[in-house]
Amino acid sequence: MSKISEAEVRAEVRQWLAENWNTNLSLLEWRNKLADSGWGMPQWPKEWYGRGLPVALVRVVEEEFAAAGAVGVLRGGIGRLAAAVLLEHGTDYQKKKFLRRIITAEDTWCQLFSEPGSGSDLAGATTRADFDGTNWIINGQKVWTTSAHHAKYGTLLARTDWDAPKHEGLTYFILDLKQPGVEVRPLRQMNGHASFNQVFFTDAKVPPEHLVSTVGNGWQVAVTTLAFERRFADGTGAPSRRGPREGRIYEEERAETATVMEPYKWYPQRAGRVDLVIERAKETGANRDPNVRQEIARLMTLARSAEWTARRARAAQRQGKPQGPEGSLGKLAASHIARAAARVHTMITGTAAMLTGTDSPRGGTIAEILVSVPAVSIAGGTDEIQRNIIAERVLDLPKEPRFDTGPFRNVRRN
Amino acid sequence: MSTANQPPSRPAQRIQYAFTEEQEQFRSTLRRFLEDKSPPTEVRRLMATAEGYDPAVWRQLSEHLGLPGIHLPQEYGGAGFGMVELGIVTEELGRALLCAPFFSTAVLAANAIMNAATEEQKAALLPDLAAGAHLAALALTELDGNWDPDAIQFRASASGGGYVLDGTKSYVVDGHIANLLVVAARLAGDKVALFTTPSDGGGITRELLQSMDPTRKLARIDFKSARAQLLGGEDGRAALGRTLDQAAVALANEMVGGAQKLLESAVSYAKMRVQFGRPIGSFQAIKHKLADMLVDVELAKSAAYYAAQAAAVEDPEWPALASMAKAAASDAYVRTAAETIQIHGGIGFTWDNDTHLWFKRAKSSEVFLGQPNYHRELLMQRWEV
Ligand SMILES: Cc1cc2nc3c(=O)[nH]c(=O)nc-3n(C[C@H](O)[C@H](O)[C@H](O)COP(=O)(O)OP(=O)(O)OC[C@H]3O[C@@H](n4cnc5c(N)ncnc54)[C@H](O)[C@@H]3O)c2cc1C
Repeated sequence: MSKISEAEVRAEVRQWLAENWNTNLSLLEWRNKLADSGWGMPQWPKEWYGRGLPVALVRVVEEEFAAAGAVGVLRGGIGRLAAAVLLEHGTDYQKKKFLRRIITAEDTWCQLFSEPGSGSDLAGATTRADFDGTNWIINGQKVWTTSAHHAKYGTLLARTDWDAPKHEGLTYFILDLKQPGVEVRPLRQMNGHASFNQVFFTDAKVPPEHLVSTVGNGWQVAVTTLAFERRFADGTGAPSRRGPREGRIYEEERAETATVMEPYKWYPQRAGRVDLVIERAKETGANRDPNVRQEIARLMTLARSAEWTARRARAAQRQGKPQGPEGSLGKLAASHIARAAARVHTMITGTAAMLTGTDSPRGGTIAEILVSVPAVSIAGGTDEIQRNIIAERVLDLPKEPRFDTGPFRNVRRN
Repeated sequence: MSTANQPPSRPAQRIQYAFTEEQEQFRSTLRRFLEDKSPPTEVRRLMATAEGYDPAVWRQLSEHLGLPGIHLPQEYGGAGFGMVELGIVTEELGRALLCAPFFSTAVLAANAIMNAATEEQKAALLPDLAAGAHLAALALTELDGNWDPDAIQFRASASGGGYVLDGTKSYVVDGHIANLLVVAARLAGDKVALFTTPSDGGGITRELLQSMDPTRKLARIDFKSARAQLLGGEDGRAALGRTLDQAAVALANEMVGGAQKLLESAVSYAKMRVQFGRPIGSFQAIKHKLADMLVDVELAKSAAYYAAQAAAVEDPEWPALASMAKAAASDAYVRTAAETIQIHGGIGFTWDNDTHLWFKRAKSSEVFLGQPNYHRELLMQRWEV
């Protein structure tokens, strides 16, 4: 692959936007153009709706989109993770069927991994998949499934072999949630939102062409997903959006955000809203309290250091260096930041931190931070699991003793 | 980049998140040199001496590596590099715990001269420092140990066409061996200015203090009508402030070098030491502690590296970030040192185990140039919170 420079990419995307960006298009028309041109997911391969750009240059494209006020592909959501998995493990049939509609956001996705009996220990899944000669028949239960109530498809980890060792009896499927054998029941969270669900399967069907990779290789595929998930969790946000954003396409985008992105609307709060801290300290006068000043300084130091660490990791990647330790700790750092931010917001807010909703400061945003932050250190792999990963994979410390070897059938479980 | 007197091939124009190939090479040359010259046995030998350094090693690192002038312009005998390269040097020196008057001469005194002096003075003073021929120290703090330049009470007064200094300076790093003293003093009319004086001039008495960290020697210096030369103009406050901010950046990098070294030693001990029939590194309490230490050290590195980059390009935010890096690195280093001892168990508390050498450096660095709380408050002020 010939090396393409930042300036070339910038010029190209700028020209393309000048010729194509139009606020009177429908969101779907525009997203189709993104899929056709490859500018929606420029790091994807050319033959699959991308431009084969190095990841390091994606930022340039994002900056140009932001400067032009152009709408991009849907940010966040599980579709992106599913796409990453399909690009790596999917068949051409699967890529063709699913990738384009992920870019256009016509399909919403969810991740059917965690179960009541197996969260951190995902490989302990007991949802079963049995082949009946025509279809895979799914029975069991998933839980904490974000967005399942909106989703058309889910990436499903299910057990296909009970006599194989735990990690070898799993298979990865793409499941259509809109079918009679699937029941989605919203679960209310401690912050009052209901963005995750319980999902029950009773003889739900998956056609064989929706099996990803091979029977028994589900764990390997799931590991790909989890690696992407942790990488996305390093807290680097979308570039800021400028301009009035008026016109048909913006309205459609806002409607999309209001529905599809509804489960994620409290996510900025769960990250701690570091951006509000100094503002709040000034508006409340808490900036005169030397203790608060110390805590703000600590928090900002943590937040800036984590941001720079993520940039160091990307810069090393751009230089083609092997991944160093700085690439593995973003998720853990994000937990520390969120907790520290919640503490500082409490100090700043004082007694009013006893209130919630419209009675509380900033129309409930501060209260929402306080009751949302606990999710950060659990979702997408708990802090303890991150520490295990860092200790074993980065520091090369000895593995835990294991008690779950041998046929899965005989392994102790919940 | 491994030799002096070679111009920077490409002056950094904007903040970089990775070191260049050249910088990495320079680092590994330096690391090899230090592994050879400053193993813990040498650190122990030198820290027990009054001088606290080995003149032969100092000569080598000056002549072969050009370290004391790494960040000084070539016209004054330096190598013409900047804060990023200075940060690499201090990081490696901190890792190796090299006993040498580098921080005093190159970081504090040379920068003070660069920031305050007239062209003529720079040309007269800097080449000897860059060549390692002279040692210098910055006399700032007084008996109260305050690092805030606005707290200076020590007086200088005009006398017979020159100036005389009166009072006591303390906590002067390498003050006992410096040939040249750069002294911060208050003039009549309350301006803070910088002065230079040879340390063997009349009216100067120096006393080596007993320092908890024997690798960082401290002196108390009494001045009685000691003659001195004004460095630059009569308002040296800004130059002194800039010097201290540069020193905070350099110290932050020195600290992360030491912290990284400790982390490595804790990890390798955890892999080797067996209890209850398994390596202690297989216990989660230890694994998780080490993972947390890694996060701590990496975040502090990011702060230290970024501050050096920001200073190198004169980003307007850099003085604030210097304080941020100093506070972050101090906390990370002290925590890492304490946990490294904990992971070593009883042996970690012995004199024979090397951990305490870095532990003590962490402690002295924590308060040197101002405690973390002081720097966090400076950060808030500089951000106008
Ligand atoms: C907001 C939110 C959204 C989520 N969205 C989804 C989703 O869309 N799809 C999905 O599949 N899942 C989702 N999850 C589930 C999430 O991935 C799991 O909750 C998480 O992995 C923890 O699993 P668990 O709840 O079963 O807890 P457990 O695994 O039972 O853990 C309980 C405690 O034990 C600790 N622990 C467990 N194993 C170890 C170990 N080996 N060493 C040390 N400590 C250990 C944990 O750290 C934790 O403190 C979501 C969770 C949240 C909070």
